[in-house]
Amino acid sequence: MSTTESTYVIPEKRVVTTKPRFSDKVFRAVVTTGGLSSLIVLGLIFGFLLYQGFDIIKSQGFDFITTSRWDITYDEAGNVISSDFGLSAMLIGTILCSFLAVLIAVPVSVATALYLTFYAPHWIKKTMVTIIDLMAAFPSILFGIWAYIILMPSGVYWAKLINHYLGFIPFFENKDRYFQGSPFIASLILAIMIIPIITSISREIFSQAPLDRIQAAYALGATRWAMIKAVVIPHGRNGVIGGAMLGLGRAMGETVAVYTVLNIVFAINWKILFGVGGNVASLILTKFGEASAYEIKGLMAAGLVLFVLTLIVNFASDQLIRRMGGSGK
Amino acid sequence: MTTNKIYESILPTRPWQASMKDRLTTGFVLVFALFIATLLVKITGLSGKLGFFVVFVIVFVTLTSGREYRRFGSASAKDALVNALVAVGTFLTLIPIGSIIFEVISKGYKGIYLGLFTSDMSLNSPNDPANVGGLGHAIIGTLILVAIALVISVPIGILTALYLTEIKGKFSQPIRFLVQAMSGVPSIVAGLFILSAILYPITKQNSAFLGSLSLAILMIPTVARTSEEVLNLIPNDLREAGVALGGTQWRTVAMIVVPAAKSGLLTAVILGVARIAGETAPILLLAGGGDRFNLDPFSGPMGSLPYFIWNSFKSGTPESIARAWTGLLVLLVVLLFLFSAARFLGNRKVGK
Amino acid sequence: MSTENNGDQAKMETTTTPSSLSSVASASKRKAINSQPMGTGLEARGVHAWFGKHHALADVSLDFAAGTITALIGPSGCGKSTFIRTLNRMHEFIPTAAMAGQVILDGKDIYDPSIDVTKIRLQIGMVFQKPNPFPSMTIGENVLSGLKLAQLKTENKDDLLEECLVKAGLWNEVKDRLNAHGGSLSGGQQQRLCIARSLAVRPQVLLMDEPCSALDPGSTLRIEETIEELSSNMTIVIVTHNMQQAARVSDYTAFFLSDGGPGQMIEVAPTNEIFARPRDKRTENYVTGRFG
Repeated sequence: MSTTESTYVIPEKRVVTTKPRFSDKVFRAVVTTGGLSSLIVLGLIFGFLLYQGFDIIKSQGFDFITTSRWDITYDEAGNVISSDFGLSAMLIGTILCSFLAVLIAVPVSVATALYLTFYAPHWIKKTMVTIIDLMAAFPSILFGIWAYIILMPSGVYWAKLINHYLGFIPFFENKDRYFQGSPFIASLILAIMIIPIITSISREIFSQAPLDRIQAAYALGATRWAMIKAVVIPHGRNGVIGGAMLGLGRAMGETVAVYTVLNIVFAINWKILFGVGGNVASLILTKFGEASAYEIKGLMAAGLVLFVLTLIVNFASDQLIRRMGGSGK
Repeated sequence: MTTNKIYESILPTRPWQASMKDRLTTGFVLVFALFIATLLVKITGLSGKLGFFVVFVIVFVTLTSGREYRRFGSASAKDALVNALVAVGTFLTLIPIGSIIFEVISKGYKGIYLGLFTSDMSLNSPNDPANVGGLGHAIIGTLILVAIALVISVPIGILTALYLTEIKGKFSQPIRFLVQAMSGVPSIVAGLFILSAILYPITKQNSAFLGSLSLAILMIPTVARTSEEVLNLIPNDLREAGVALGGTQWRTVAMIVVPAAKSGLLTAVILGVARIAGETAPILLLAGGGDRFNLDPFSGPMGSLPYFIWNSFKSGTPESIARAWTGLLVLLVVLLFLFSAARFLGNRKVGK
Repeated sequence: MSTENNGDQAKMETTTTPSSLSSVASASKRKAINSQPMGTGLEARGVHAWFGKHHALADVSLDFAAGTITALIGPSGCGKSTFIRTLNRMHEFIPTAAMAGQVILDGKDIYDPSIDVTKIRLQIGMVFQKPNPFPSMTIGENVLSGLKLAQLKTENKDDLLEECLVKAGLWNEVKDRLNAHGGSLSGGQQQRLCIARSLAVRPQVLLMDEPCSALDPGSTLRIEETIEELSSNMTIVIVTHNMQQAARVSDYTAFFLSDGGPGQMIEVAPTNEIFARPRDKRTENYVTGRFG
């Protein structure tokens, strides 16, 4: 192989160039500009939120995400004397509720996706896919009001049950017996909202499981479940994790549905059944109405933190799902 | 020469599908599990829907997998167990959506009357019964908001999709990610952005146009991603045929590719509209809300369906909460309509 | 290459005739003379197959006697692959598929509702056109995957692993890297790995759906030798579009043809007869290459 290399003169690659016509140049320029719009918009969001929230971030430094206070003192003329902005309770609340929501949603979504891909009769599959797509299109205000009026009483009942039997675990403690508006209930509604997202991504990935390996497993005497364990789950694991991350991103940014059910308090609370929680997006909506111009800057900074957080989660999920798509060969 | 026999008398069968007997057995097991669950809830300390459901699931799963175990052994029983569990999972997915639709219809239909669509809320207080006042202003407002968002986001969304499918430039991969990231931007952040970029420094007052700008940010990724999928379905030979006939790329795209994908692109737009029609948080920040008709998108607060629902809900009186349900019903009907339209168009063959 | 190969075969435990037969065809003649189809192995009775409304296969009745190799030949679209897939119930994975007739294994219809289909597929193994080892498993795990999938127990996994790989003619090539991934093998090796995988669950019947069509001639030859080895204690059905292959490896050959309607079996006979003295004109046209 390597002996005769020197005897050949490898010609230079010819560079083929065509001068595009004027109309094509314009077309390509316009389309490329449009294509770059997402970059521009994301950049602008980052830039403006940073610009408006910069004072706060500068004066608070890391305290902005590590402390948990939201106090502004004004003098009689309405000038700010002192201020303290700290998001940690809100951030922890956001992350706690979203993770819990993903924890609830993933088993249900994966079960649904498996059922629809491998077990369901054709007509059930078709109907269910439509219903789940529809559910994914429901606006958050619909979920929010439903959650407050219908889900809350059931959620409180379930929370009391969990507390009754598992209350010895610190996580499920609730000494004050206050169950309304707990992170648990917020997580339930978030879980319901992200189930359609995780289900449809899992379903798509499961249905791409290579047919030849599925057949090989069946031909070796596998039951459906044995086949799923041997072929589908190794194939789809990363994709499902990616879908879960996408759901996590959505759950973190959800505003209205969390706002209606969660009792927002500036105190870090890990007891998920206790009716005290935090949420960055809902905080913005809560404070926005009566906020002074100075406080608005704090909210902008909070928005920036939320934006960066969701961006990171989205990036991770995108990487996982994409790598998935490549490994299916 | 050929021996073409007639096989009319032999009918295709599917022996692998559940036979009548299997179905009857499954039905019997279901009924039996319901019976046991009712019995246990009656005679033991278990109570409530949750207790009933849990007992029912346990009994059903045990019976079906036990039956399989007796027939075919443990591997088959495991499969039956998983089958029952994933079916239960699917059922769990269905419960909330079923409950949501049921509650919205049963609580919302009472408020539906003709005047609802023609009058506004300017003369009403939250304590008025649901059949006084209306959401005409909200519907008009939502139409205006959506229309402006549509005009802004559709060209940008489709151009993005065209960049990804037609130009396939070196930025394709990052842009695909950015579109994905943009679809993950929380709606409240989109609202804050317009607030910080335009409302505070420039206009200093609420207006529908600003609301539409934030909605456009949320709509662009939906339009772009769905359009990309649709354009990817257009066979490459069509493009090659266009170029081979001496067409420029611009003319090929404009006269061949886009027309071929027309109904798919329309689906993309409809799905985008469905995405933003009920969006609430940015509307609250930017368009504000009004109780009366306002047809000027550039000045003053404008009502919208989400604002109407939100405001009625926040008022907290029984009458206004009933009004919120009615508003939700109207919104749901609009969404169902949009969704069916998208399905209908999406099911048509692309490129034909 | 070939000396190494013969070494492999010398190691193999049980064959009544020397395994390094120079001509595989002579083996087929030997068996054809000694045994007539007995009907104790696998038997198809009046099998039809449909895909939706399309009638793909009509009224095939065929006996596969224990210990014989039967080749199914015919042009594309004649229903031979459909037929072989009805024999271990792989047909039903196509959503619109339907069938009629019976497939009898050991006196029982494998389509009977009281039969556990996974047990059927354990008894009737299958090797596919494209090698399809499980990429997430090592070579060793691949061979033993059938045991795991069907929850079977075995006393000595290492012995079974070696036995199957030896039978599939792969042992010498992979014995030092059983923990490598299946995807690291060449196409021909992967296909022999798939054969070894099928053997591990000890099937009575092995179905092979064009097992060599994706392979180079050298690998094809090795697989044909493997098939010849295996036929001493199992029934083999092989679909092939390569008539030379059918002539080389099989005891019996069945010719399938579709005249625009559903595919039918035109003729079945001992392999040397079907190539030397076909009874049907259409078979003759096909085997002599005059097919139109």
